[in-house]
Amino acid sequence: MSCTCNKTADPLIPEIAVIEAIRQDTNDVTTFRVVKPAGGKCFDFMPGQCAMLSVPPTGEAIFSITSSPTEQNFMEFSIKRCGTVTEYLHQLEVGSEIGIRGPYGNHFPVESELKGKDLLFIAGGIGLAPLRSVINYIMDHRADYGKIDIVYGARSPEDLVHTKEIFENWPTRPDTNVHLTVDRPFEGWDGHVGFVPNYVKELGFHTSKVALLCGPPIMIKFVLQGLEELGFKKDQVYTTLELKMKCGVGKCGRCNIGNKYVCKDGPVFRCDELQELPDEY
Amino acid sequence: MKKLAKSKLFEVWSIIAKEHELFVPVEQEGESVNFSLWQEGEHVNLDHLKTNVSPKQIVFPQTETYLKFKTTGKKLSLENVGGKQAPYVLFGVRPCDAQSFALIDNVFLTEPVDRFYEERRNKGILVSLACSNPEETCFCQAFGITPGEAPQGVDVATWDMGTFLLWKPQTAKGESLTNQLNGVLEEALAQDEQDCQELQQDIQQKLKDLPLAKIDPKQITGDLKEIFDAKIWDEYSSRCLGCGSCTYVCPTCHCYDIRDFDGGKAGERFRCWDSCMFSEFTLMAHGNPRKTQKEKFRQRFMHKLVYYPNNNEGVYACVGCGRCMDKCPVNMNIVKVIKKLGGEKA
Repeated sequence: MSCTCNKTADPLIPEIAVIEAIRQDTNDVTTFRVVKPAGGKCFDFMPGQCAMLSVPPTGEAIFSITSSPTEQNFMEFSIKRCGTVTEYLHQLEVGSEIGIRGPYGNHFPVESELKGKDLLFIAGGIGLAPLRSVINYIMDHRADYGKIDIVYGARSPEDLVHTKEIFENWPTRPDTNVHLTVDRPFEGWDGHVGFVPNYVKELGFHTSKVALLCGPPIMIKFVLQGLEELGFKKDQVYTTLELKMKCGVGKCGRCNIGNKYVCKDGPVFRCDELQELPDEY
Repeated sequence: MKKLAKSKLFEVWSIIAKEHELFVPVEQEGESVNFSLWQEGEHVNLDHLKTNVSPKQIVFPQTETYLKFKTTGKKLSLENVGGKQAPYVLFGVRPCDAQSFALIDNVFLTEPVDRFYEERRNKGILVSLACSNPEETCFCQAFGITPGEAPQGVDVATWDMGTFLLWKPQTAKGESLTNQLNGVLEEALAQDEQDCQELQQDIQQKLKDLPLAKIDPKQITGDLKEIFDAKIWDEYSSRCLGCGSCTYVCPTCHCYDIRDFDGGKAGERFRCWDSCMFSEFTLMAHGNPRKTQKEKFRQRFMHKLVYYPNNNEGVYACVGCGRCMDKCPVNMNIVKVIKKLGGEKA
């Protein structure tokens, strides 16, 4: 049975998508590969944009798209189990159908401000999910960008996601360095130990780079402080905000901060823009 | 201009109801008047100034199912059932409530357009009724609304002239409705129009004497951050119970929730009014960015007085109907907030 929904332009109405593959990344993070019932990615998007996934009768939730827009055959979502919708998603099997609508929100300025620049990606935990979309997009347009540094940390080696890319793929690409860290020492881990904000300061990056951050709010806060100490200006740093969202199109009011709606004007904000917003995120 | 004898209202409603759903202010129990579907025998009350809940509920229903779903094994089927099918007439809307539709339009009709809302707006014919006797809790003039007239977008404006209503179509839809009622409406006389002008002047005079005549949000000064950090929020929010009454009776509040009704293998997705005053409104798995009632209280008034105007060419998200003043169990309302922020003429 294929999609029986009446095709409509209403942004609240989902389309059907099929889970084509499921990869358990960690104890609580799973990457879902979804396709249209007839195959192929559900819709076009840009890196950093989001989609609303539906699992009736449990509900809907918004997720950043983890795969690169350059991937035409599928879309991926790396989802941490932390609420009712995500709990339900984690119980689904390959072949299960879900609802999908989007894309929502703005995106990282890969075609403008980031072009030709040296880029510094800083991710904590599941914060790698939206950044992976940008990183892989840039890998597919490698000549358009400068040197790339990726700093990624998790609580433990077992909590690192997208291990094939972080250990094997990205480090072997030209002018690309991957700096991994875990919160405390673990047997068998001979990499860096320590929190992401401290590691960023230790690595001491040159301030000509543009930084893209994503992670838990507390990590963002300290990384921003660290970057400032290194001499980064706020207009060189991008991050994504996360707020509860229902409609995804700037109407239901839930993700309103100041004059902005995170679902529509965000989730990507340049840090000098964030300064203009009330401190409620 | 036409006139409609009050003795012929029943006849007019019968004609309208043949081709439209007709919503009128119906007195339910004692003084509780609300817009509901007209039926023969209902007690229609056109004298009551403000319905309990604003007629917002007709263009933006409190609960609206828009999707039906069914699961069969791993298969999921979805059926869009949203939107309004029948044309309708909303009869006796006060100017402040009519103006509130334009304010919600700014939210739902900007890209990406909300199709369900758009259909409801397009299918409706709006017949307003001027306020001959504004109440002590009215302050619509603070938002540029003239209670003796009908705002733009109203299809037919009416005035209560005692034994009859003066009837003035303002749009093509209004003309069309007027044509359907040709057999019942009469031509207004020059004297009637003169009486109407006098009534309007009389209303303007009454406004000047109302207790809230000096409310003027434009007097509020300070930028977004200054107002956000004002001490008023601590002081005023301590009384707020977070009951959400103000948001439910407000004609301009438009926040909503989306939920699924679990009917086993089949169910429905609906949206329903929600309130920034509720603790779960912004609650996420990892905590709530608006932790206490202070942040929630502040959000509602900042939205109405700062954020919405900043996004809509200075227009405030309030029409001065005063319902929040009538309904708040702890006597807190937007007028107190505006006054405290300096929004009062000397």
